[in-house]
Amino acid sequence: MCLAIPAKVVNIKGDGAQVDFGEGVLREVNVTLVDAKVGDYVLIHAGYAIQVLGEEEALETLRLWNEILEAAR
Amino acid sequence: MVENLRFRDATLAKRVVEKIHNLASKEGTVKICHVCGTHEWTITHFGLRSLLPTNVEVIAGPGCPVCIVPASEIDEAIQLASKGMVITCFGDVLRVPGSKMSLLDAKAEGADVRVIYGVSDAVKMAEKEPNKEFVFFAIGFETTAPSTAVEVIKQPPENLSFLVSHRLIPPAMKLLVDMTDLSLNGFIAPGHVSTIIGVKPYEIFPKRYHMPTVVAGFEPLDVLFGVYMILKQLSEGKPCLENEYMRAVRWEGNVKAQELMRKVFEVVNGNWRGLGTIPSSTFKLRRKYENHDAHLKYGVKVEDGVDIQPGCKCHLVIIGKIKPTECPLFMKTCTPQKPVGACMVSIEGTCRIWAKA
Repeated sequence: MCLAIPAKVVNIKGDGAQVDFGEGVLREVNVTLVDAKVGDYVLIHAGYAIQVLGEEEALETLRLWNEILEAAR
Repeated sequence: MVENLRFRDATLAKRVVEKIHNLASKEGTVKICHVCGTHEWTITHFGLRSLLPTNVEVIAGPGCPVCIVPASEIDEAIQLASKGMVITCFGDVLRVPGSKMSLLDAKAEGADVRVIYGVSDAVKMAEKEPNKEFVFFAIGFETTAPSTAVEVIKQPPENLSFLVSHRLIPPAMKLLVDMTDLSLNGFIAPGHVSTIIGVKPYEIFPKRYHMPTVVAGFEPLDVLFGVYMILKQLSEGKPCLENEYMRAVRWEGNVKAQELMRKVFEVVNGNWRGLGTIPSSTFKLRRKYENHDAHLKYGVKVEDGVDIQPGCKCHLVIIGKIKPTECPLFMKTCTPQKPVGACMVSIEGTCRIWAKA
């Protein structure tokens, strides 16, 4: 139920947006809950975008993981 | 996007597993609880338990929102359907047993029960068929509740009402730590619930209960790093609150969604299947929106439901006290094709996940 799938915002019209789930799978979703712009990746749950995914934070996570693994090797 | 690039890197996984083994070798038994069906799916699907040291156990708490809907609320939806309302619901809830039957059984007997992808579908249906009365059976945790709030606040069609059955996760986690015989040593907090509520609501667990708590994502590496971070906190004797899933979870959460939920819902005590009443754990529509509250609009009276069928151990599986394989009904009389207990129904139910593994 709490499954949420990342998708890329293709265009926005009011509360609605068309998002791409990858390989051209497009769907209309509601973006009332987020401040998303075209090109952003958002998490979609039951037809509603619930959060904008941060590319910087994703890279930061990978950096931190490597830092943890490098520590005291 | 970077999401798919290195979040399943096998080399990284091997190395973090080594680190987990090193830390765990200095600990006694460590019991870590997660409270999300999607975490259970990741752990079981990728065989993560087999990678962990024998003294580190990861158990599944009440993280499946479908599994904890009490039978009385299913019964109420069925009664509304029998009175001629169109019940719209998520597919997961269709086969959840009520006291005597499921919504799917009711549908087979002629009730108008329709599966929808999201609450906006219910709005569209109600607009399209103004001569029928529609009810949206609003289940789900904090991840799902904001979408219900979006539609309630937008002045939905008069012929659409809401049977609000949302539940809140932090009060259930509090119930688990208060069960001292569970002997938990740490929490993996649910990633997508946290995209909405943020990290702050979990502060109580390290502060008051000295329980390491890590919000984690859903890739196998997210979960393994979550376990590592909890073990690290235990080894240092410094329980704290950390956010491993920072690419989706901000400390403050989704403030817009929180604001909407506050406007639309008030928090009240809630009954959870197999767990009883948990204080301040469910939502109710505020007075301003009571003309769309299906409880009040139709005034259906339901008896106390039968939450647990004879022999079923869902109430113990749901708090991680036993594994699905320890239930005498598991894969004998209770199967994904013919579930007896709610945990065998949803794809996020622990028994269902174990059955498919």
